[in-house]
Amino acid sequence: MSAADWRKAMNAGAGRYAWTAARPAPRPSPRPSPLGEVAATGWAAWVWGRVRARHVLALLAVLVYPWVATPFFTYQIGAQALALGLIALSLTFLAGYGGMVSLAQMTVAGIAGYMYAIFATSGTDISLRWPWGLAVVLALVIATICGTLIGWFSVRTEGIYTIMITLAIGVAFYYLAQQNYSLFNGFQGFQSVMTPAVGGVELRAPLPFYYLALFWALAGYFVVAYLLRAPFGVALQGIRDNPRRMSALGFNVTAHRVAAYSVAGLIAAVGGVLMVWYNGLVSPGSVGTSWLINILIIAVLGGMRHPIGPFIGAVVFVLLQNFAVDLVGRERFNLLIGGVFLVIVLFSSDGLLGWWAQGRQYMKTQFNRGPGAALTQRRRQ
Amino acid sequence: MKSLTRRLLWTAVGAMTFAAVVAGGAIAQAPAVKIGLLATLEGPFAAGGQDGMRGAELAVKERGGVVAGRKIEIIKASSDAKPDVAVNATRKLVEQDKVDIMVGPLSGSEGIAVKNYSKTQPGITFINGSSGAQATTLQDPSPNFFRFNTEGAQWMVGLGDYAYKTKNYKKMALIAEDYAFPYSQVQGFMTEYCKAGGKVTHKAWVPLGGKDYSSVIAKLPGDVDALLVVLGGADAVNFLTQYEQAGGNKPMVGGSITVDQTVLNFKGKRRESLLGTPSAGPMADRYEGAEWKKFVAEYKESFKDGFPSPSLFAYVYYINMKAALDGLDAVKGDLSGGQAKYREALRTLKLKTPTGEVTLDENRQAIGTTFVTEVAKAADGGFYNKVVSVVPNVNQRLGMSKADFDKVGLGSRDVPNCP
Repeated sequence: MSAADWRKAMNAGAGRYAWTAARPAPRPSPRPSPLGEVAATGWAAWVWGRVRARHVLALLAVLVYPWVATPFFTYQIGAQALALGLIALSLTFLAGYGGMVSLAQMTVAGIAGYMYAIFATSGTDISLRWPWGLAVVLALVIATICGTLIGWFSVRTEGIYTIMITLAIGVAFYYLAQQNYSLFNGFQGFQSVMTPAVGGVELRAPLPFYYLALFWALAGYFVVAYLLRAPFGVALQGIRDNPRRMSALGFNVTAHRVAAYSVAGLIAAVGGVLMVWYNGLVSPGSVGTSWLINILIIAVLGGMRHPIGPFIGAVVFVLLQNFAVDLVGRERFNLLIGGVFLVIVLFSSDGLLGWWAQGRQYMKTQFNRGPGAALTQRRRQ
Repeated sequence: MKSLTRRLLWTAVGAMTFAAVVAGGAIAQAPAVKIGLLATLEGPFAAGGQDGMRGAELAVKERGGVVAGRKIEIIKASSDAKPDVAVNATRKLVEQDKVDIMVGPLSGSEGIAVKNYSKTQPGITFINGSSGAQATTLQDPSPNFFRFNTEGAQWMVGLGDYAYKTKNYKKMALIAEDYAFPYSQVQGFMTEYCKAGGKVTHKAWVPLGGKDYSSVIAKLPGDVDALLVVLGGADAVNFLTQYEQAGGNKPMVGGSITVDQTVLNFKGKRRESLLGTPSAGPMADRYEGAEWKKFVAEYKESFKDGFPSPSLFAYVYYINMKAALDGLDAVKGDLSGGQAKYREALRTLKLKTPTGEVTLDENRQAIGTTFVTEVAKAADGGFYNKVVSVVPNVNQRLGMSKADFDKVGLGSRDVPNCP
């Protein structure tokens, strides 16, 4: 497809059709803006109308967290959950909003990690020892291209076949990385991959690394949240729900899907670079089948209907991985991990977010019995 | 309703206070020394990891759970043979559970990763589990990482001479798995074998866990005297079966994990031809040393659910944990001053193991004993590995000087070479 076609296809979704029907009607501003009439139509009003106390609290909590927690909790629990959450976010974007369950998102992240290790400095002679900034850019670009190619291969399939083909690609890359010695250094992979120091601050240290991961996690979150309301995201959700109809309406279904893979590829690539910095190494084990599936588990565990889901899932996943061993016998701790996953998946329609939604619904019916209750409920949904 | 809730709450508070007092009292009584123990309880080496833990427990049990008046508290963790998982588990033990000493991990690339992590924790002493990568201590060693077991290349010392001089194999072909451990093993063998005058004319590197060896077998040259086979147990049986079906008739020389029980119980027509197959390793089941027999008896008595005889992992974890405790004993449990005294004690430790004395070199790597064995027939008709020679004081540079060894470098597909 030529670039012009592409642009036309993408623009088709943006302007030509009236999306007001599909989009939720603009809500009546729930609160009068304190900034007066001038700001009532600007971005400040938009923010004021949308931000709730829980959003501010959550943001404060993640900002203050490393000052309260031990370095171990900051680094191994906090930062790791943010980086893994970012990779799972790319899957949530694809699966929850595009209807395409790709198991190869960890592969894309792994490609970014490998590329960073190859271009930057590591303990192996294969590494080119280029400046880390250049290595990061190259890693992101190459991984995003690979993510797009994987998408381009697999968009022709639907449902379980997409899972199969992306799993096949993931496993193929695992074996390539394990058996190729000239580029991927085989079984050993790359050890002692150095995390850079910026302006005298060692990014490897728990506190800076946590904020680095937090910055990119927030960036990923807001990019996805924005995209979902942008014409592209709305068209993507339309394609998820009824591709034939969208096609009949003049949308290029394939182009939208491939573009979704590109976006997801970029998000996963950022997560992949964070993971290689976090671990200080990348080896075939980092892109093995167990990790491909772990990313799916994280996404499903958290819930696929909101971009915060994968981060919640990642926190639960990382906590279980670390502390299940203390709760039950050393030889049986995987039983607890599996049990928790089963309970969440069995008893909630949408992971932990499903429970959150159910809980809020319950609270509302319990406490909002006044005359305004029905209105509040409608407005908040 | 409300009063019931309140009563429950008070009961809970009371119980927690009681628990805290009891726990506090227990801590005040005995300042325990915390040792983190990491092995693979998941993944491909799960059985080996479990046996490794048995070995470490045996070392603690020998001391009755007390060293220099301090109680020994073992905190276990698991990995799945992946380096990133091993580092996460180690980080949890060190930073969250606050262990004083770390023992682990099990496999080669895990060992390199944990060694790199150990540099960021200079206050903790790390002792290897059973990982055997050459690079762990040869390249960029860490000042607080100690390894009291010998590694893959050291395990083959003595075998090259035996194959060339005693067995009279002048020309060999090799078939080995394509990763770091077999590279080390091949280096250990070929360094000696090439020096003695032998030639290795053909090298076949096969993927780990391969099933089909027909194309490899077809390419094996016909003019060699024997094959060097460095494959793990199941791979070795697959290879043997297919080699027999293809009509192969060359005798075999095995690596350290090649001629194990699965191979010795091989039921094919060529079973008899296995007799006389030499191999080498850091231990031998039928070694007649008194210390070794005592160790095996203790293992059997302590672990009814264990293997019939301690595995390599159990043995290596045992000696590393024993070193950790002997070192503690030598400094009377004194870990003050960033554990400086303790490390000095470990560096100069002359560790008594069931297979002889182990000392450390300047990279804190073990210098120990290697056994050359040969398959023999027992009185009951079963096959076993008979000890034919014991090579003491094998060092990591395989007897070469530092300059000579650095010229060759670590083992790889093409190093060493003598076609």
